[in-house]
Amino acid sequence: MSAGPAVAVRGLRHRFGEHVAVDGVDLSVRRGEVFGLLGPNGAGKTTTIRVLITLLPLQEGTVEVLGHDVRRARMAVRRLLGYVPQQLSIEAALTGRENVSWFARLYDVPRRERKLRVADALDAMGLTDTADRLAGTYSGGMVRRLELAQALVNHPALLVLDEPTVGLDPVARNGVWERVEEMRQATGMTVLLTTHYMEEAEALCDRVALMHLGRLRAVGAPQELCRALGPEATLEDVFRHHTGNALEGDALGKGGLREVRRARRTAGRVG
Amino acid sequence: MKFAVLAGPRVASADRFGAGPSVWRRFPSRTATFCIVELQKLSHDRTELFTRAVQPVLWLVIFGETFNRLHAIPTGNVPYLDFLAPGIIAQSGLFVAIFYGIQIIWERDAGVLTKLLVTPTPRSALILGKSFAAGIRALAQVIVVLVLAAILGVSLTTNPLDLLGTFVIVMLGSAFFSCLSMTIAGVVLKRDRLMGIGQMITMPLFFASNALYPVKIMPCWLRDLSKVNPLSYEVDALRGMLIGSPAHLGLDFAVLAASVLAGVTAAASLVDRLAR
Repeated sequence: MSAGPAVAVRGLRHRFGEHVAVDGVDLSVRRGEVFGLLGPNGAGKTTTIRVLITLLPLQEGTVEVLGHDVRRARMAVRRLLGYVPQQLSIEAALTGRENVSWFARLYDVPRRERKLRVADALDAMGLTDTADRLAGTYSGGMVRRLELAQALVNHPALLVLDEPTVGLDPVARNGVWERVEEMRQATGMTVLLTTHYMEEAEALCDRVALMHLGRLRAVGAPQELCRALGPEATLEDVFRHHTGNALEGDALGKGGLREVRRARRTAGRVG
Repeated sequence: MKFAVLAGPRVASADRFGAGPSVWRRFPSRTATFCIVELQKLSHDRTELFTRAVQPVLWLVIFGETFNRLHAIPTGNVPYLDFLAPGIIAQSGLFVAIFYGIQIIWERDAGVLTKLLVTPTPRSALILGKSFAAGIRALAQVIVVLVLAAILGVSLTTNPLDLLGTFVIVMLGSAFFSCLSMTIAGVVLKRDRLMGIGQMITMPLFFASNALYPVKIMPCWLRDLSKVNPLSYEVDALRGMLIGSPAHLGLDFAVLAASVLAGVTAAASLVDRLAR
């Protein structure tokens, strides 16, 4: 495998009928960095991620994940991924340990290693003591950590987090940030996340890309982007500068209703 | 440090499994995984086993016992209750499986399906795994009905091979009907629509089969329908193995296996629609 970027996207364009959700995106994510994809609802973040993780077919452009073409080597790409979707996506009728073990099997973790790997992933997320409780009894923050354990059990080279803290209270959100940061420092894996929380991007990301109406508007380290705008500028100012009125995308109906519904559903499940 | 256990060269560790098991090993492996998960779910909550047992109890105890006395349905030398029991067993599996698509829609809504689709699992292996998981749930149900039938005095086989064959046939039948349900889920995409269609097709499937009465007393048009209804082949095989009626076991097995194959192909081709 080549030592190129973890993710290389060139000329990515994706349509849903007449609507162009992603419009000619070029993106490179370096190996070992935490990269944030920011943008208002309907910006095209989730569509970009979904093409990258092989959930959506590649219509136009090229996308390589760790040297594998997502069009030609989908299974190879999937084998290298860990993915946490926006929704709280655990099986409530299974215990925490069973949830992680399920994904260990689906990622073909060898039987002789499986038990240890599952225990390690749960331990890394601070869930050892509650591992044999039904996941339906977990708090929102615990569910997110359980999802991270599921995503880590195959030792992924690229961890993809889609709005990892949506619907979580500040304490749970900090807990997730701490785990992601610890994980990155200890393992050196590449992390790609989408968010529309600016403080989350500042706290976690080495570099961010700002998306709006399907296009990339700016890419760089959060501090660089802020400095380029002005001495007092915050990432939120950068966001407003590049996206104009962030509600514009929602007003145009570019996925806004679906995003809000999904966020509300997640928040509802957190309780 | 906790994370030390997950540390190491990431690419190397992911590569360690190489391309993973071959496709032929991946299918049984995924099927076993989904069956294990279904058993784990059942072990945590068994209430469904008992609530779902109510309907077969009503069919056997009320309908079966009544028609047994009436002798209204010609079943030869076989008591009507014995004739009916395999039909009710197949019906129990059908009722469990035909609404299985709701689960996949729920998984879509909860984000679980997208996670499953991102694992190195071919779509057809995912559907096959889920369909046999439905079979496991149906099997648990069928065991309850078998015990009930035995209590009611139905002379069931005690031959372990016949019982094993019964379980295989129930698994195949339920796998097909769950594939049908997941295919419909992939078309309609919404839970309430699937509920409506499920309710619309369940009873016609049941009545257009040999579950309640022999094919020979059906009107011609219904007889033709029963010939293309996989439930008829499931009931025929179950009768052959459980109460020793003359059956076409080879044909029954072949039709059910081919139906499962077609069902898996159809549902697998539509599952991506659910994730979009």
